[in-house]
Amino acid sequence: MIQHVVSVLMSGIFHASILFLVSAGLQVVFGVQKIFNLACGSFYALGAYVGVSAVQAYAAAGGPPAFFIVPLVLGGLLIGIVGVVVERGLLRFVYDRDETFQLLLTFALVLMLEDAIRLTWGTSPLSTGGMYLVYGQVRILGAAVPVYNLIVIAASLAIAVGIGALLTRTAFGRIIRAAAGNREMAEALGVDMRRLYAVVFTLGTALGTIGGALVIPATAAMSEMGIELIVEAFAVVVIGGLGSMRGAFVGALVVGVLRAVAISVYPEVEMLLIYLIVIAVLVLRPRGLFGAAATAT
Amino acid sequence: MTGRLGLAVAVAAVAAVPSVAPTYHVLLMLPFMAYGVVLLGLNLLFGYTGLVSFGHALFIGIGAYTGAFLTSNFGVRSLEAIVLTAALLGAVVAAPVGTLCVRYVKIYFGMLTLAFGMVFYTFVLKFYRLTGGDEGTPYLRPSLLGFGLEGIPKTDYLTGPYYYYSLVVLVLAAAVMWRIVRSPFGLCLKTIRDNPAKAETLGIGVGRYRWYAFMISAVYASVGGALLGAPIGNVDPTLVYWTHSGNIVFMTLLGGFASFFGPILGAFVFIYLEDFLKSLVPSYWRLIFGALLAAIVIFAPGGLMGLVRRAGALRA
Repeated sequence: MIQHVVSVLMSGIFHASILFLVSAGLQVVFGVQKIFNLACGSFYALGAYVGVSAVQAYAAAGGPPAFFIVPLVLGGLLIGIVGVVVERGLLRFVYDRDETFQLLLTFALVLMLEDAIRLTWGTSPLSTGGMYLVYGQVRILGAAVPVYNLIVIAASLAIAVGIGALLTRTAFGRIIRAAAGNREMAEALGVDMRRLYAVVFTLGTALGTIGGALVIPATAAMSEMGIELIVEAFAVVVIGGLGSMRGAFVGALVVGVLRAVAISVYPEVEMLLIYLIVIAVLVLRPRGLFGAAATAT
Repeated sequence: MTGRLGLAVAVAAVAAVPSVAPTYHVLLMLPFMAYGVVLLGLNLLFGYTGLVSFGHALFIGIGAYTGAFLTSNFGVRSLEAIVLTAALLGAVVAAPVGTLCVRYVKIYFGMLTLAFGMVFYTFVLKFYRLTGGDEGTPYLRPSLLGFGLEGIPKTDYLTGPYYYYSLVVLVLAAAVMWRIVRSPFGLCLKTIRDNPAKAETLGIGVGRYRWYAFMISAVYASVGGALLGAPIGNVDPTLVYWTHSGNIVFMTLLGGFASFFGPILGAFVFIYLEDFLKSLVPSYWRLIFGALLAAIVIFAPGGLMGLVRRAGALRA
């Protein structure tokens, strides 16, 4: 019994770590640029595919399997560069438009990236083969947990702490928070918004791509993975509160663990339960658990 | 006057399609007309009230599943009964959903509608004993105005009676919507869109009016969904997925949300372009669609109607 509970919990926390990374990307972009980026799921899928390719290239070059995580992470981080291209090439034209248009522009990105991925990597699922269990498994209270999952959970926690430190302890973090709080004032005080937006959007993108790269040894890369994840990340940020990092952390835990529990207890309700919570939060506390005041009416 | 003439020509042209165009194109017109009804409703919210729903596929789904259930499980084949039931069920669902959604605007309204859409999606996907899960539920051939029409081949049925039936529904839906947006009620909605605070000061119940607009748009989407399902013959959850909601907003923007007929034009162009691109470049039609959407958002937020208008203004 306890064994089963532990294994469900651990798989939930693993999923939550990935969800946190993608949602954190969504949050930082929304916090500063006030754009709800529907394409964050597509960046996640992109990171996953690049991760697979990097690991496959690494394996083909004869790299020792124990270090496959190095090309995986590097690939995931590097493809985050696509964020600059998207921000400079598309998003910057619509900053002064109504948010509906910004939302639709990110929807256009979802469509484009989905096919770009299909064109580059084909339609059949790709996986990193046997790399997942290279680090073996450990037993926690009798439940077998892959060590790789623990590494990802630790990495995600480290990134969470890192972002926290960045936002609260550095000058750049203060600028981000100032711009999120009052854009005009920050600009008047001499913050270069063009640069800030490019950096913030790239940071958000890289969080998504690294999330995709990290998840991939445990599963397989599929072209629909992006549009499926976005609705989960959406649930996370609504529960946690739009724009809040702490909210992304708590929301990811809630969604990740609940989903794992629901799948093992009563699979029919899986996401239904999560959306019902989302609606309850939106209705009862629209700013989420940690969000700033919502724009009602 | 030229507008009215143009409209008459357009309706006559659509009515003439089955007698002049190849069957393939006639069949493509069916989803166009169904989406036309959906978008008339969606644009009452989007263009006239300023609320963008990212969950309207929910109501398309209600309409389509109503038709599927009535024909497959209850032996009801009359399309009139299906359309009326769909409208009724759409309203029943929209009443509480709308009450909750219209308390918010902008991104929060969009998110809440998206969440409700996904609740319904998960429901139809997971409760497969009731809905057939991802296999869907068959939507049997409905009878029209009491005529069974079982004897004729499917294509003849769709390109003949069903085609004209859809056209009549679309024209009726457009006529009713035309009256709605020209009425004092429609003017109130526009005031709410442009300046909610002022509308409130003028004594317009902003929340109540938004709710009415939501209800009407939901009923339109349900009726459109009922029309959309029959030609496909099978109703499955992809109809309710959030990307479908995104696509209908795309159609509205493509045609032009600021114009009454813009969304209908958008549906027409979207469906033909999608079909054309799917056959031309099956592996990357979404890429082109995405690029097109991005181009519209950036360069022509007024959509095709906006471009036409701009060209007209330049000539004048």
